[in-house]
Amino acid sequence: MIRFDSVSKSYPKQNRPALRDVSLEVERGEFVFLVGSSGSGKSTFLRLLLREERASSGQVHVLGKDLARLSNWKVPHMRRQLGTVFQDFRLLGNKTVGENVAFALEVIGKSRGQIRKTVPEVLDLVGLGGKEERMPGELSGGEQQRVAIARAFANRPMLLIADEPTGNLDPQTSVGIMKLLDRINRTGTTVVMATHDQQIVDQMRKRVIELETGRLVRDQSRGVYGYQH
Amino acid sequence: MRAQFVLSEIGVGLRRNLTMTFAVIVSVALSLALAGGSLLAQEQVSTMKGYWFDKVQVSIYLCNKNDASSDDPNCAKGAVTRQQKSEIKADLKKLDVVEKVYHESADQAYKLYKKQFKDSPLAASLTPDQMQESYRVKLKDPTKYQVLQTAFSGRQGVQEVQDQRKTLEPLFNLLNGMNIAALCVMSLMLVVALLLIVNTVRVSAFSRRRETGIMRLVGASSFYIQMPFILEAAIAGLIGAGFACVLLVLGKYLLINNWLQQRITLIEFIGWDAVVAVMPLILAVGLLMPAVAAFFTLRKYLKV
Repeated sequence: MIRFDSVSKSYPKQNRPALRDVSLEVERGEFVFLVGSSGSGKSTFLRLLLREERASSGQVHVLGKDLARLSNWKVPHMRRQLGTVFQDFRLLGNKTVGENVAFALEVIGKSRGQIRKTVPEVLDLVGLGGKEERMPGELSGGEQQRVAIARAFANRPMLLIADEPTGNLDPQTSVGIMKLLDRINRTGTTVVMATHDQQIVDQMRKRVIELETGRLVRDQSRGVYGYQH
Repeated sequence: MRAQFVLSEIGVGLRRNLTMTFAVIVSVALSLALAGGSLLAQEQVSTMKGYWFDKVQVSIYLCNKNDASSDDPNCAKGAVTRQQKSEIKADLKKLDVVEKVYHESADQAYKLYKKQFKDSPLAASLTPDQMQESYRVKLKDPTKYQVLQTAFSGRQGVQEVQDQRKTLEPLFNLLNGMNIAALCVMSLMLVVALLLIVNTVRVSAFSRRRETGIMRLVGASSFYIQMPFILEAAIAGLIGAGFACVLLVLGKYLLINNWLQQRITLIEFIGWDAVVAVMPLILAVGLLMPAVAAFFTLRKYLKV
């Protein structure tokens, strides 16, 4: 599903590389937490997965494709097989919940009939059945994040990438979101989630990958957030 | 790709940047109207030059049989005789300043005149025997007109030796000068229009960066993301080009039909066919220029 072969990434005008010689593999259907303090390289890791950046050296394989060799015009097709969820939800405030989910399907050219069928389905799945006509601004943070997850999941991606999805939510709501992600994971979708939320990581007991100043310092199955520093 | 979705995106974009869109439309309209105007001015110059202007410098008009009644002493005996003609031709060939001599019969002159002044009331009343036979002379050195003037002007059978350039060149120089000025203003306006388009597209892309960011994340192709912006620019440009066409029609109607044509009956002015002929070009430029400018701007601002 994902393979990093001694991947390094440095940005121009920064002397310290954001990622240094990271190698790892994630199998199909896994649930992986990506932890580390700010500036440890988590965001760069996710950006490499999405092919928003290219590795400076080493190879990144996602869904069986070498991203360095993937030409620019094929990138959109690769991204259709990925779902993404962010801390700030990234919903369109002037569109209803249903339209937000439909938007993701429209831009990849799904037919109207398919969209009409899919949107209520995924909204039901994330527990927002019947809220199609609501505006995102009227919903709570947890509900908004569910809309974002519905949008990410609408075209049944093989891989779901979540960048601190619970970062803006209270602990109780976060638990609900984690349950939802866990359920999505059980349908066979691989989930990679960057997080700072110690409680969640410790509760879920999934694989934990820790980055520190760009290096992979820990890769532990059924891990916890961190050793007591 | 779903047309309705793209169309609604375009509508949103155009309304959101109404002032910028308006500026683009006006500057495209003015620059293209100037471009069309200078094309039409060139057309006007070539209409006025007629058939012979670029080919010869001197015309030797021979006597017509109607000239006998006039008080021109060279033509007192009526039409030029065959012998006079062959002498003139032989003498022309002997001069080394002459490069080439064309002979235009009265019939040919009539046909040419009819063709050139087909819309003029003067042409309708004209008959072939009123036209003059002439020798059209191309000189090796156009300034050596004087040689022909002295050699032929007093001759029997020659009505007039005319240096065409002397009378028309100042006028054409003026028209060409105006044309160059119009082209300069036009290119300046076109640059302004281009900069405005680039800026409009940039603002438009910036104000919708949230949408486009989400589109990129869910895997919309860059074509799909860029299409609304490109079409927006193209539509604004096309509206501008439409206004340019309207300006040209108004210009032709008010300036030529209602003013110049009433006052100057001797000159043949360009017709509506010439105006219509430049319109496709104006519309095509108005459509493509903004689209291409938008495309290259977006390559910078909407990366995959």
